[in-house]
Amino acid sequence: MSIFSEENVFNDFIEKIGKAAQKICKDMRDLTLLVGDITRTSWYVIKHPSKLRWRDVGYYMDLCGSQALPIVIMICFLMGLILAFQAAVQARKFGGEIFVADAVGFSILKELGPLMVAMIATGRAGSAFAAEIGTMKVNEEISALETMGFSPTRFLVIPKLVAMLIAMPVLTVFGDVSGLFGGFIVGITMLGLPGMAYYTRTIAVLHPSTMALGLIKSIVFGILIAIVGCLRGFQSESDAQGVGRSTTSSVVTSIFMIVIADSVLTMLYTFLGY
Amino acid sequence: MKNNKKPIVEVRNLTIGYDRTTVMEELNFCVHTGEIFVILGGSGCGKSTLLKHLIGLYEPFRGDIKIFGESIVRSDEDEKRELMRQFGVTYQGGALFGSLTLEENVSLPLEEYTTLSKDEIKQRAYDKLALVDLQGYEQYMPSEISGGMKKRAGLARAMALDPKLLFFDEPSAGLDPITSAELDRLILRLRKDLGTTIVIVTHELDSIFTVADRVIMLDKRTKSIIAEGEPHYLKKNSENEWVRDFLNRSNLKQV
Ligand SMILES: Nc1ncnc2c1ncn2[C@@H]1O[C@H](COP(=O)(O)OP(=O)(O)OP(=O)(O)O)[C@@H](O)[C@H]1O
Ligand SMILES: [Mg+2]
Repeated sequence: MSIFSEENVFNDFIEKIGKAAQKICKDMRDLTLLVGDITRTSWYVIKHPSKLRWRDVGYYMDLCGSQALPIVIMICFLMGLILAFQAAVQARKFGGEIFVADAVGFSILKELGPLMVAMIATGRAGSAFAAEIGTMKVNEEISALETMGFSPTRFLVIPKLVAMLIAMPVLTVFGDVSGLFGGFIVGITMLGLPGMAYYTRTIAVLHPSTMALGLIKSIVFGILIAIVGCLRGFQSESDAQGVGRSTTSSVVTSIFMIVIADSVLTMLYTFLGY
Repeated sequence: MKNNKKPIVEVRNLTIGYDRTTVMEELNFCVHTGEIFVILGGSGCGKSTLLKHLIGLYEPFRGDIKIFGESIVRSDEDEKRELMRQFGVTYQGGALFGSLTLEENVSLPLEEYTTLSKDEIKQRAYDKLALVDLQGYEQYMPSEISGGMKKRAGLARAMALDPKLLFFDEPSAGLDPITSAELDRLILRLRKDLGTTIVIVTHELDSIFTVADRVIMLDKRTKSIIAEGEPHYLKKNSENEWVRDFLNRSNLKQV
């Protein structure tokens, strides 16, 4: 019987499904444990703020926040530009050029601003988190932390989480503003709208709550990125390739989770009538 | 071993391993207070595995490990952490925190667990680093020093809180003979001055005969302890030929 006999292919298939299911279950279990530990540790840190490693928070805010600012501004500006351009082509058919301001304003503030910032943060921060924790595992630093009686969650996860919680909304504000500015540029150049008119229209249709909705999203994304990055780091196998794989996996998983969270939040907002 | 000294580490019917494979079965031994205790065995027989279980990083399949009279197996998270900070561990590669300088590495346990002032902590960190011959390197990052230096810095960190019990994984592997002899002297001095109990995993036969009060020898095939006792005595009088060979370094090449 050849090894490609039907039976073998079938068995392989079943085995693959089994392995995948096993992996998902393991991820779920690890995630639950990590989230539980984060909750417990956060409570402890809230009660004893001096136990938070503030210096690390500062470092990660710099890494995930200030250092990411130029790229965030750049990408969001271009997104605004592209969006306005596409909207303009359509709007011009109906002579409704001014509505480009609406389209750009809402899309950037509610969707694209937080989403683009999250994508950039995934690539920069999430992967860095996974690589850092994975490398620490290879070097037995995690074991050392544990045997010194330190909680790896308090030392490694909480500072990253706090930094992301602060950096993400701030980055999103910058992203939003540069996105709107991108739309404005298209509005006054390609569509020939008076700058004042575009500006007034934007201000008129947008409400501070619109931006707040986006910022809430960005906070949720930030939490996801930090948790997934750390989870993949802790799951990393103890060799150089293992660290590489966990880094890749952190990016893929984060993006997946962000898109899921985005859909859920968008549906929720719609359902609640925002 | 009959001994009227108090055991500081007590291992009872311990079976250890990873996921599916059993590495050691039904181990029984004690480490007594003030003793220098060496775990020996051929490469890959499970010395590091045993050490990782002793310090509570892994859960054993069966059996119990008591450290300072308290079970590290049956303790909850917080009790375990409490127990862990009472002993020091040095890892084969040093396991220094890469983002901190040597001084900060050594200061870390002091900052977390003592109420000493900043200056006192700094002084203490400098003292500990000087003890392992690393004066002048306090502000270096772990990536800027050699492997042997990392190992010594790891020892300084493990000693920061003056623990009553120290675990070493391969302290002299990768050190030159002079440094490794110095390390042996340091180990003996620690025991003499501070009464530290020391558990060592090592391959270095020279240092075993210099420092060890008692050794246990693990065997891969039987997954058990095949010899236990004073090294010089075992070298001559062990009934097991393999043990005598090992200690006489005649037919076993060690990595
Ligand atoms: N993380 C692991 N997962 C599964 N098996 C492992 C793991 N680490 C070690 N082993 C296995 O356990 C056995 C004992 O390994 P261990 O590292 O304890 O040996 P050792 O006595 O320390 O050897 P050496 O003297 O070479 O350091 C080996 O057969 C090894 O294959
Ligand atoms: Mg080993």
